[in-house]
Amino acid sequence: MKQKLLKGKVHKFGDFVNTDLIIPFRFKARTNDPYELAKYCMYGLDISFPKKVKKGDFIVAGKNFGGGSSREQAPIAIKYCGITAVIAESFARIFFRNAFTIGLPVLEIPIATKEIKDSDTLEIDLNKRTIKILRTKKVLEAKKVTGFLEELQKAGGLEGYYKKHKKFPWE
Amino acid sequence: MEAFAKRILEDDSITFAEKIINIKSVKQDVLQAGDIAVVNVDLTLAQDSTGPLAIKVFNEMGLQKVWDPKKIFIFLDHTYPAADEKVANMHNIVREFCKQHGCSVLEGTISHQHMMEEQISPGVLLIGADSHTNQGGALGAFATGIGSTEMAAIWATGKIWLKVPETLKINLIGNLPKGIFARDVIMNLIGQLGEDGANYKSLEWKKGGNLSIDSRACICNNSVECGAKNSVFEVDGITQSYLKNMGRKPVFDVKSGKNAVYADEINMELKNLEPQITLPEHVDRVKTIAEVEGQEINQSFLGSSTNCRMEDLEIAARILKGRKVKEGTRLVITPASKIIYWEAMKKGLVNIFLQAGAVFTNSTCGACVGTHMGVLGENEICVSCSPRNYTGRMGALSAKVYLASPATVAASAIEGKIADPRKYL
Repeated sequence: MKQKLLKGKVHKFGDFVNTDLIIPFRFKARTNDPYELAKYCMYGLDISFPKKVKKGDFIVAGKNFGGGSSREQAPIAIKYCGITAVIAESFARIFFRNAFTIGLPVLEIPIATKEIKDSDTLEIDLNKRTIKILRTKKVLEAKKVTGFLEELQKAGGLEGYYKKHKKFPWE
Repeated sequence: MEAFAKRILEDDSITFAEKIINIKSVKQDVLQAGDIAVVNVDLTLAQDSTGPLAIKVFNEMGLQKVWDPKKIFIFLDHTYPAADEKVANMHNIVREFCKQHGCSVLEGTISHQHMMEEQISPGVLLIGADSHTNQGGALGAFATGIGSTEMAAIWATGKIWLKVPETLKINLIGNLPKGIFARDVIMNLIGQLGEDGANYKSLEWKKGGNLSIDSRACICNNSVECGAKNSVFEVDGITQSYLKNMGRKPVFDVKSGKNAVYADEINMELKNLEPQITLPEHVDRVKTIAEVEGQEINQSFLGSSTNCRMEDLEIAARILKGRKVKEGTRLVITPASKIIYWEAMKKGLVNIFLQAGAVFTNSTCGACVGTHMGVLGENEICVSCSPRNYTGRMGALSAKVYLASPATVAASAIEGKIADPRKYL
């Protein structure tokens, strides 16, 4: 499936943004509504974050983004808050899986925080897994994904894949 | 046993993680670290904050039937009994799903401990919609956590894809000195590796021969705090007698081959360990207790799936017997399972705790995740043997959580400030 170019503004965070910071347990455990979850996105770092996001914006962060709990509500809160991709130097294992599963594009770029400033505008090509920083015209390449992850990204997540193919990627 | 599984079990050149994923793989190709496998899952768990979302996705995908209701366990444990109407409604989503599909709903006992007590055998593949599922490795299982949507897919198919992890070998050398416990061992490792130091990796613990199953459970559970995908102790006499007591036997007794290749190897001299303490906000800010002794606290929390098994309660009771919780300080004790609750009652430990002035709650994840029964207010300080001290984890964003062993938590409750437990033992 052809995916269009994403364009948006950067909200920059540091290293070790864990899932409790992304959405505290007490909020995530009391609803299944993604828009309700989105109201608490990044609550542990900036309570007013959801109000600052314009649809199409990106999160850029440092090491081990999404560490800690298995809560899928973390990538859901980010996605439904209007963020269309997360770029980080590295991701924690379960968050990384969950992001592909729920259809939140995530790109691993080890030099991301060195090259990208807060409020920069980026263009992201998900097919090539490259990002262009409009301020410096630099193009950065994210780590490639293959196999099931690539299929999930193309389908916009596991639910999308299942609805389209009437089976799971491993069946 | 089929020929392929037999060949894998006897293979000298591969690790525990490689063996178990090969045995569970739907294809009979020999896979090694880095390869992707589709595997048959033996057991699953979900809980009241991941299960309702998995159920929503299961229904939205139009899935009609679960693959095997006997292998699906959904726990109401994180906020149990329901602390408010919203949680009560989430609990009812789980009860209704389990009734419809014939799977088990378990109320008021923590998933990881219950699965150990009643379900897990060596050699099984347990997948949980909860990061602390790693605990199952204490009994020689491959146990790891995932999210809700993938859990819904496993409920439907009994299968999932897994990357075969590299393995980090930890050699425990010698015996634990007085006042030092399993929790100090794993906290020390987390401090050495950092919170992402074992990301994507399997941890294999060697020569931990004298560590009890309770201690191994603590270590495996807490191993996710350095990013480990799973964590495992080889089956030995201690595992066998635990299983015998529980009326179970190994499915496969899987051991790493003598010539298996490890990503790295770490030696830990146990005799050198001091009581460990983790400073607030990051799980890898691990120090020795001398550096923070005397820090005043508002609450001591002895609970969660990471600690608060019988061994932990017995140590806490030894420290608290005949003593009182310092005025102005709260001690909340939350056992890790219903069985442990009963045992603590029968052995008279609950009497000791109540006489000391502690609150003894039902089994729940409660205070650990800041959802009920021990939530912290603004600027409060807590010392806790739960797994995480992240900002806002146990309540207010300005609250601070120090992590320590159950002994340190109990000793600190007596003094109203962070205290070295060795003087009470």
